[in-house]
Amino acid sequence: MMQFMLLFSRQGKLRLQKWYVAHPDKLKKKITRELITTVLARKPKMCSFLEWKDVKVVYKRYASLYFCCAMEQEDNELLTLELIHRYVELLDKYFGSVCELDIIFNFEKAYFILDELVLGGELQETSKKNVLKAIAAQDLLQEEETPQGFFEDHGLG
Amino acid sequence: MAYPMYEVDWSVLPPDQNRRFNPAFNIATIKQVVNEAIERVAPVSVRMQTPTRLRDLIRQIRAARTAAEERSVVNKECAYIRSTFREEDSVWSRCRNIAKLLYIHMLGYPAHFGQLECLKLIASPRFTDKRVGYLGAMLLLDERQDVHLLITNCLKNDLNSNTQFVVGLALCTLGAIASPEMARDLASEVERLIKSPNAYIKKKAALCAFRIIRRVPDLMEMFLPATRSLLTEKNHGVLITGVTLITEMCENSPDTLNHFKKIVPNLVRILKNLILAGYSPEHDVSGVSDPFLQVKILRLLRILGKNDAEASEAMNDILAQVATNTETSKNVGNTILYETVLSIMDIKSESSLRVLAINILGRFLLNNDKNIRYVALNTLLRTVHVDTSAVQRHRTTILECLKDPDVSIRRRAMELSFALINSQNIRAMMKELLLFLERSDAEFKAHCSSAMVLAAERYAPSNKWHLDTLFQVLLKAGNYLRDDTVSNTIQIISSAPGERQAYASQRLWISLERSAVCGDSTEKQPLIQVAAWTIGEYGDMLVSEASNAISMVDDDGVDEFVRPSEEYVIDIYQKLLWSTQLSITTKEFLLLSLAKLSTRFTTQPSQDKIRVIIDTFGSHIHIELQQRGVELSQLFRQYANLRPALLERMPPMEPVTTVEREDSDTETEPATIVQQNSLPEQDALLDLIIGSEPLSNGDVEHAAPAVANNNTTTNDILDLLSGLDLSTPSAQPPPLSAPMSSVFTTPMSVANNNVSPALLDGLFTSAAPMPQMQAPETVVTALERNGLRVELHVQRGGETATITMKAHSSANSAMSEFLFQAAVPRTFRLDMMSPSGSVLTPQGEITQLLKITNPSKTPLRLRIRISYTIDGNPVLEQAEVNNFPPDLFN
Repeated sequence: MMQFMLLFSRQGKLRLQKWYVAHPDKLKKKITRELITTVLARKPKMCSFLEWKDVKVVYKRYASLYFCCAMEQEDNELLTLELIHRYVELLDKYFGSVCELDIIFNFEKAYFILDELVLGGELQETSKKNVLKAIAAQDLLQEEETPQGFFEDHGLG
Repeated sequence: MAYPMYEVDWSVLPPDQNRRFNPAFNIATIKQVVNEAIERVAPVSVRMQTPTRLRDLIRQIRAARTAAEERSVVNKECAYIRSTFREEDSVWSRCRNIAKLLYIHMLGYPAHFGQLECLKLIASPRFTDKRVGYLGAMLLLDERQDVHLLITNCLKNDLNSNTQFVVGLALCTLGAIASPEMARDLASEVERLIKSPNAYIKKKAALCAFRIIRRVPDLMEMFLPATRSLLTEKNHGVLITGVTLITEMCENSPDTLNHFKKIVPNLVRILKNLILAGYSPEHDVSGVSDPFLQVKILRLLRILGKNDAEASEAMNDILAQVATNTETSKNVGNTILYETVLSIMDIKSESSLRVLAINILGRFLLNNDKNIRYVALNTLLRTVHVDTSAVQRHRTTILECLKDPDVSIRRRAMELSFALINSQNIRAMMKELLLFLERSDAEFKAHCSSAMVLAAERYAPSNKWHLDTLFQVLLKAGNYLRDDTVSNTIQIISSAPGERQAYASQRLWISLERSAVCGDSTEKQPLIQVAAWTIGEYGDMLVSEASNAISMVDDDGVDEFVRPSEEYVIDIYQKLLWSTQLSITTKEFLLLSLAKLSTRFTTQPSQDKIRVIIDTFGSHIHIELQQRGVELSQLFRQYANLRPALLERMPPMEPVTTVEREDSDTETEPATIVQQNSLPEQDALLDLIIGSEPLSNGDVEHAAPAVANNNTTTNDILDLLSGLDLSTPSAQPPPLSAPMSSVFTTPMSVANNNVSPALLDGLFTSAAPMPQMQAPETVVTALERNGLRVELHVQRGGETATITMKAHSSANSAMSEFLFQAAVPRTFRLDMMSPSGSVLTPQGEITQLLKITNPSKTPLRLRIRISYTIDGNPVLEQAEVNNFPPDLFN
């Protein structure tokens, strides 16, 4: 089971955080800070896995963004890499060649997509098509009830 | 620039070529339109300040050049958001404000004041509100919040909604933040939804059930009937969530595991269909059909087939098929192979299949991809106990990985190397590991060196090799070495045959001289300590002509040993003793060693030189060294006649097992040996006092009454002394003078080399607080349950008590992830050292050292918590220990 997922930039700025375990806010911040520093200090040629405290951290860099998942000991590390890649593919399909700025300015969308892919720390859907279909349908629902021009690009203004 | 890429991009294009550019429709006019719209809807409240749009806020924050600027933007916005929360305002602004707040929260600013607003959004009938509200709830609430009661009601409503996406949002939120109470309250709703005909809801409900069972294992029963039918679905989402749920249930209880044994054929069929089915674009990942589902199924098969010959038999074929048919050029193929290998090694598979699995790992080890190599090492470590000889074949490759630049890989390779050591390969392995130790980072050195010491002790082919290896470890691990290695090595030297002792002193002399000359002695203090002890004991062999006869040719065929002159040895000692960097403990070793050398070296000039050096310590700034300096210099003056006998060579030390030796520690170092095998040591002490001829009765008389007058607490040494047959009772007990006490302190401490002077201070002076260094260990049994016995061995030491936790298992299976935690009341201070391991094998033992400092001297209460996993079931034990001896701290 995934314990949490963090997206952060090369400059160490947090872009997305999803927690599947209950921690007090203070601890979350501490973990985030420490993990970002540790991962950023690793050289590009190193492997994507890191035994860190009691979790197994699997991370991968896509352009300027690091995708970082904390998994439990029994989880398949290589599969976690596939999961990260699947998420990136979905973002890419949704935004059309995604970049960091898309995720900054539409962070809620990035969360919505993740929530259709992973639930409670486990993968819920293995078909890309189904995830995007669910997101599109929900976007449509939102668009239909929003006054015209209020939220540009189906966003929250 | 602070503007997002696409805005910059538009402006570059000339207006006529840019379809998105409309001079009449720029940001300013949009803003105006929106603002007017808002003002129409919410006339009063919002008008006091123009609301910022989410994207504008993000832009503003990103434009901030300093942290202070960013803070001011955020604070202003937060103040505005708060003010709108207070007023019931526009229908849409709450949604937008929460979204803004979530962004602010991600930057690390407090946003808890938005929690209730999230609930209001969730309660709204509109989908947009719910979507943002649930997102906010997942980010801002976690299961510790009180608002959970409120959210439970909202969730209950939405779980019954007619819109599948509303149900989906509620399930998603429940899965992320379910607390045990929520899990109990909503379990029946989730169970109903698992049976829903809608696959979208079904899969989410299945994962919700998975989380509910994680939180509250008791709730598992109610989900059992609905779960089995999940595997008959075609939809991969439902299948994968179903397998995840069943896996959790099987890991949860052995009964359920048996219940699900019958689904093995179903799983095998699903897996077979995945492999054999043709290309399906929906689930294909680089030519592999749904690797996510395949891996989940393989893992469940592993759990079902473990220790079950029949189930294993049923899955042998499909595992072989997966292992041979999977494409390995991409990460995804390797992912599946990795999982397959784990399953093959865990179940009762055919031997040919195991060979296949090990060969896959061998290929992994040679892979260029670091991730695959890491996984291979990790898996080999897990399988090394099953089939050592198969893993041995990859030894050279594993040793290569010790040189990898990646710390994750090096750590795995190191652990695996230690698992592979046996009496046949110890020489070669240690050679590599020594190289590794020399180059490794600080974080590895402690672990690596202690594992090497253990391995050397276990498999040493010869005594000489053992000593050589220990010296190398001492040299290369430097100060990272665990403290017990020093006493361990000294013990080995002490019980070695005489020729070997001479050899040891020569080897160590080379190291000592070299580090004194290079000036790196401060980084190698354990080495200096062992060298000082050894040269002190066997210094005569070092400088004598006979030393030339011992072959000092090392592994590289070089003989570096040059017989030193007595003066030169003393010069080196002087250099080290006067160094400001060496620790007090190291200097204590050196000083005593130097005193001993005065009886090992024969020429008068060297005797004088030693005396001069020792005399200088009489005014040393450190009280302990000063005392030793004064005491030892007495041995050159009025008590010179005692010196040769007192500084005689020590009798061979009794070997102590490593586990017992765990309780040594830098501060208490000199005392530990006495504490550990107090009996033989005391015998030696006794022999010494009786045997030392020059010790006239008169001298003892002075001491004995003084001891009696002291009226100290029971003490073994006291018994020992009073047990001496002191022939002439004292007629005139003279006042105990300081030098006199020193005389007594010295012989014993020197003779034992390691006796703490504090003990003798207590004996011979009437200082009020009397440390009970010699008091016997008190053993308190803290816990005895389910075959686990936890004992606390308590050693007193003034304000600080040293407690050794010894956990002993008489259970039939190993306890893994063993974790011992302790807590003390606030007036105490607790320092815990790292445990000797985390796996408690049957009849095995784990020890951990605790140091408790108690300035207030109140009775000690200790609360302990022990967690471990046995047969796959986690166990948690707690206990409070308050039956410590009442006079523990005094």
